[in-house]
Amino acid sequence: MGLLDAKFEKGGVVISKVEDLLNWSRLSSMWPMSFGLACCAIEMMATNASNYDLERFGIFPRSSPRQSDVMIVAGTVTFKMAERVKRLYEQMTEPRYVLSMGSCANCGGPYWEHGYHVVKGVDRIIPVDVYVPGCPPRPEALIGGLMKIQELIREEEFGGKREDAKKRLAAKSAPAEEVIMMQHPYLAGSAGQAKKEKEVEEAETAA
Amino acid sequence: MQPKPLTIDEIAAIVRDKFGDVISDPVKTPTAEFFTITDLEYLQAVMYFLREDDRLKFNYLYCLSGVDNADGTLSVVYHLESLGIHGHRLEVKAHCTVEKPEIPSVSEIWRTADWHEREAYDLLGIKFIGHNDLRRILCPEDWEGHPLRKDYKVAEYYHGIRVPY
Repeated sequence: MGLLDAKFEKGGVVISKVEDLLNWSRLSSMWPMSFGLACCAIEMMATNASNYDLERFGIFPRSSPRQSDVMIVAGTVTFKMAERVKRLYEQMTEPRYVLSMGSCANCGGPYWEHGYHVVKGVDRIIPVDVYVPGCPPRPEALIGGLMKIQELIREEEFGGKREDAKKRLAAKSAPAEEVIMMQHPYLAGSAGQAKKEKEVEEAETAA
Repeated sequence: MQPKPLTIDEIAAIVRDKFGDVISDPVKTPTAEFFTITDLEYLQAVMYFLREDDRLKFNYLYCLSGVDNADGTLSVVYHLESLGIHGHRLEVKAHCTVEKPEIPSVSEIWRTADWHEREAYDLLGIKFIGHNDLRRILCPEDWEGHPLRKDYKVAEYYHGIRVPY
């Protein structure tokens, strides 16, 4: 908002594409459907509450699928619940986004092998846009996932396909290895190791 | 009424005194003490007696669970307590076979047993004779089989959704 305010204060005109304006307004008011399935829902509620305050992103839960843009599948999807989840998804108006929160919704979690009653990943019943790993994920991780959906909305075009937007988004993101290496340079194979050893040697000789 | 906690031997003796040889000798393991009701004809009568007799007064059924013993028999374990009267506790067992999984219901004696017996029926297929609403409680109504049976095979598909990982 700061940037926008500054532009108006200068008495100027803001020029933007309608597409960008629409995308901006959509990503600034993602309303998730208010429902939780298991322990992840507790973490989701904590994210909604005052400490993490999702409302500052324009995200607040709606109690009807008709008014929702985002479905946060927070928890274990059982076969008994699967039909309800699918029906709620179908009742949401398009464009709609699905965030799979936690290991259970991603792939069955701890029930992957012996859970006769657990759907091994909510993507077996509805298409998922963003997966948030964790058991359960911390509020920061959930916010990260929601921001990933915001990035996806920002990439979308009129009449464009969701898949294309996802491809553009993937092309923009930094490879995970680079990010990790930036934070932990000593992991970068023998070169980093040698550098570190040299540093230790130098420190020892200096002492 | 003065609290008078009884040992399992005393309780078994009281039951034997009233009904004769319908229960086994008390079994004592480091983790549990129990006796088995061997004559299922008398199960409801014994349970009602346990609840009503002044010396016993087991007014609280705090758990009822089903067991598949993996040898062709199923068991039901009743956990009883005389809450606020005598304070003693008791575990009672009853057995049936996989071919004829029928055990009299105690849902009329302790209301707790209503849902617990439905759970044991849902997951192990034990039919509680005399239960007035013996439906599945956890699994969907059209679920096939009883999942906690040792010989249960996970279905390949449920409503078109693949089940195995």
